[in-house]
Amino acid sequence: MFNERMIEIDASHMETRELNNLLREIMLSGYEKVVLRNVCGQRYIGTRLYSPQRQVMTIEIYGTPGNDLGAFLFGHRIVVHGNAQDGVGNTMESGEIVINGRAGDVTGMSMRGGRIFVKGDVGYRAALHMKEHDQKRPVIVVGGTSQDFLGEYMAGGVVILLGLYGAHTASFIGSGMHGGAIYIRGEIGEEQVDSHVLISRPDDADTEILGRHISGFIERFPDLSLDLDHILESEWTKLSPRSSRPYGKLYASTAPD
Amino acid sequence: MRSLLLPEFTISRSEECDVCRACEHQCPFGAHTYDASNDKMLSDSRRCVGCQRCAVFCPKGAIEIRPAPSFYRPNASWSRERIEDIKRQAETGGVILTGCGSDKPFRIYWDHMLLNASQVTNPSIDPLREPMELRTFLGSKPERILLSSDTDTGTDPFLMLETPVLFSAMSYGAISYNAFQALAIAASRSGTFFNTGEGGMPSEMRSKFKKHAIVQVASGRFGIDAEYLNCAAAVEIKIGQGAKPGIGGHLPGEKVSQHVAATRMIPEGTDAISPAPHHDIYSIEDLEMLISAIKEVTNYEKPVIVKVAAVHNISAIASGIVRAGADILAIDGVRGGTGAAPKVIRDNVGIPIELAISSVDRRLRDEGIRERCSIIAGGGIRCSADVVKAIALGADAVYIGTAALIAMGCTLCQRCYTGRCSWGICTQDPGLVRRLNVEEAAQRLVNLLSAWSHEIKEMLGGMGINAIESLRGNRDQLRGIGLYEWELDVLGIKGAGE
Repeated sequence: MFNERMIEIDASHMETRELNNLLREIMLSGYEKVVLRNVCGQRYIGTRLYSPQRQVMTIEIYGTPGNDLGAFLFGHRIVVHGNAQDGVGNTMESGEIVINGRAGDVTGMSMRGGRIFVKGDVGYRAALHMKEHDQKRPVIVVGGTSQDFLGEYMAGGVVILLGLYGAHTASFIGSGMHGGAIYIRGEIGEEQVDSHVLISRPDDADTEILGRHISGFIERFPDLSLDLDHILESEWTKLSPRSSRPYGKLYASTAPD
Repeated sequence: MRSLLLPEFTISRSEECDVCRACEHQCPFGAHTYDASNDKMLSDSRRCVGCQRCAVFCPKGAIEIRPAPSFYRPNASWSRERIEDIKRQAETGGVILTGCGSDKPFRIYWDHMLLNASQVTNPSIDPLREPMELRTFLGSKPERILLSSDTDTGTDPFLMLETPVLFSAMSYGAISYNAFQALAIAASRSGTFFNTGEGGMPSEMRSKFKKHAIVQVASGRFGIDAEYLNCAAAVEIKIGQGAKPGIGGHLPGEKVSQHVAATRMIPEGTDAISPAPHHDIYSIEDLEMLISAIKEVTNYEKPVIVKVAAVHNISAIASGIVRAGADILAIDGVRGGTGAAPKVIRDNVGIPIELAISSVDRRLRDEGIRERCSIIAGGGIRCSADVVKAIALGADAVYIGTAALIAMGCTLCQRCYTGRCSWGICTQDPGLVRRLNVEEAAQRLVNLLSAWSHEIKEMLGGMGINAIESLRGNRDQLRGIGLYEWELDVLGIKGAGE
C-alpha cells in the first residue's frame, strides 16, 4: 500500500539489520509515516534514524519488536500495537514511544528527553538513571505498575505509575535516586522505597504535572475509557530524592580545607 | 576536630624574596599568605600539596618545596602512609580519595625488557634518509583481500593514525575546558585522536573536532545522544579503567558548573554518578547488544572500541569482547591515571598492562580472532620506548593520559579530585582554568608526539624494521632482564642472552 507520505512494510523474515536499513532509506526519502507488519523480535527499531537535519517520522508496529526499541531515539514517534521487550527508549533523546501492551526491563534507561507511554506494566529497573537538562525533561507514564528498582540512580525526569490493574509490589524503588520525581497512584509502603528517597503527597504543582501527562496517556489509549478527574482524585504518593548529592560525605579529602 | 597529620612538605623561602606576592596568587590551597604588619610572606606547610607551582613561578627563584624531614619512628610494617591514612580516616570516617595513577612500586616490566638492534646481519635502517612508516590502522581487518574489480571488498570502518599514540579518555568536568581543547587541537594537528571520556563533548567543538574525536559511552550515559555519537571518528564503550576497575565514577556536584552540566546534559550542581556496572550489561550478550545499538545509531560508519581494565583473566574477557563485535579493544593497566578514585582501589586492584597485552594478544591469536580487533594499550606508558615495547608485545597502539597531562604542566601532586589544580588542568575554577593557555598546551602536546615519533623511528630503524606494522607482536625483538621464569612466560619473551 502506497501513498506519497506513508509506506507499509511486511517485516516477516526480515533480519534486524535489513529492516533498519530499509527504515533509514524510508526516512531519507522523506516519508512521514511507516507501518511495519509482522514484526517479530527485530532489535533497535528506530535507532538508525539520526539525521543532522532532524528528519522525523512515525513508525507503527504490529507484532513484537525486539530489545532496544527506539534506543537513542532522535525525535521520531513509535507506536507498538502489542508488547515490547527490554530496553525500550534506551538513552532516548526526544520523541515518543507508545506501547499498547507491556514493556520489559530497563524501559527508559538513561532517557534524557521525550515521552514513553505504556498501557500495561513495565519490567525491572525502569527509568534507570533517567536524567534531565534544561528544557529536556523525560516522562514515562505506565498504566499498571513496575517491577523492582524503579528509578534506580534516577537523576531527573518524571515517572508516573497509574496502578490501573493491581497493587504495587516493587521493592528498592529509587535506589541511588538524586533527581526527578516518581508519582505512584495507590498504596506504597515505606519498606518498598530506598532510604535516599523522600515520600510525600503531591502538591498543586505536582497535580498540574500529573494532569498534563495523564491527559496525554488517556488520549493515547482511548479504549481504556479513563476519567482524568477520577484518577487525579485517588491517593497519590510522590517520591523524590532527599539530596542531589547523595554521596557528598562519602569521601575523606587528603587536601587541606 | 584537630588534625593529627604531619605536614608533607616544607616551604623554604630565601632572602631573595622581595615580597611580590606571586606565590600567594599562585597557590590555590592557601599555603602562602602576606603578613601586612611585618611586610613579609608567611607559609603554612600543612597546606602545601607539593605541586611546585609557586616554586616555578617565583620571579626570584626564592622558593623551595621539599619533603618534610619530620618522620614517625621507622617501622617496616607501619609506614608513614599507613599511619596517616588511618589518622585521616579516624578524623573523617570517609573513603580516602586520590588522583593520578598509583604511586606504588609495582614492578614496571617496561624497565625489565630490552630492545633488539641489528648489527651486521639484517642491517639497521637510517630513519633520517629512509622512509619509516608509523601510520597505524585500528579496527577489524578483513580475513582476506579479494583482488577482483567487481567484488565489493570494502572494509569495516577503521581509524587511521599518523603515529601509534592516542590521548586516552579524560572527560570535560574532570579536566578543564582549556585542557580538553588543547588535547583536541593537538590530536587534530598530529593526525591522531583524543577521547572525550564520559563527560560528553561541548556542542561548539563538535563540527571542528569530529574527525579526531573518540566519544565515550560510560555507565552514566552523560552527554550522549545520537548527534554526539555521530560527531566522532569512533565510539568507545567504557566498561572499566585501570585506576579503578569495577568502580563507578562520581563527579562531585561542585565541579558540575553550568557548562559542564550542559555538556553532560544533567542539572547544574548535582553529583554526576556513573554506576560501577552498565546496568543494561550483565553478560557478553548484553555487551553485544550495546555494541550493536551503537553501530546502528552511527549507521555502521564508526568502529566501536570497548575499554576494560587489565584484571585477572583478562584474556578470556578480551576474547568475549572481540566475539561480541568490538572493533578495537582498549586495555588499561593498573598504573592508569584518574581524576578521582578511592586510593585503596587504585593501589590494590588490577594487573600491569605489560602482562595483560601479551596474554591477550596470545589468546586472540590462539583462537584465530586476532585480526577481528585491534588492541590499544594504556595505563603506564611513560616514554617512546614503552610504546615500542607495548607494540612488540602485541598492542596496535597506545593510549597516553598521564604523559599528556605532564606535557601540559601536571606535576602529579595527586590532588585532581579537589578541583583546585594549580596548573589549570584539572579544575573548573575560571581563575585557575585561565592559567592553562590552550595554544601553548596544544603545542607542548604536539611536540611530545613529534619527539616520540622520531624516537620510535630511531628504535625501529635500529631493529632493521621500517614499518610499525612489522613490529606488532614481534616478541623476538624483546629480551627480559631480571625476571622470573613465569614472568618471561606470561610476556612470551626470552631472557637476555638467549
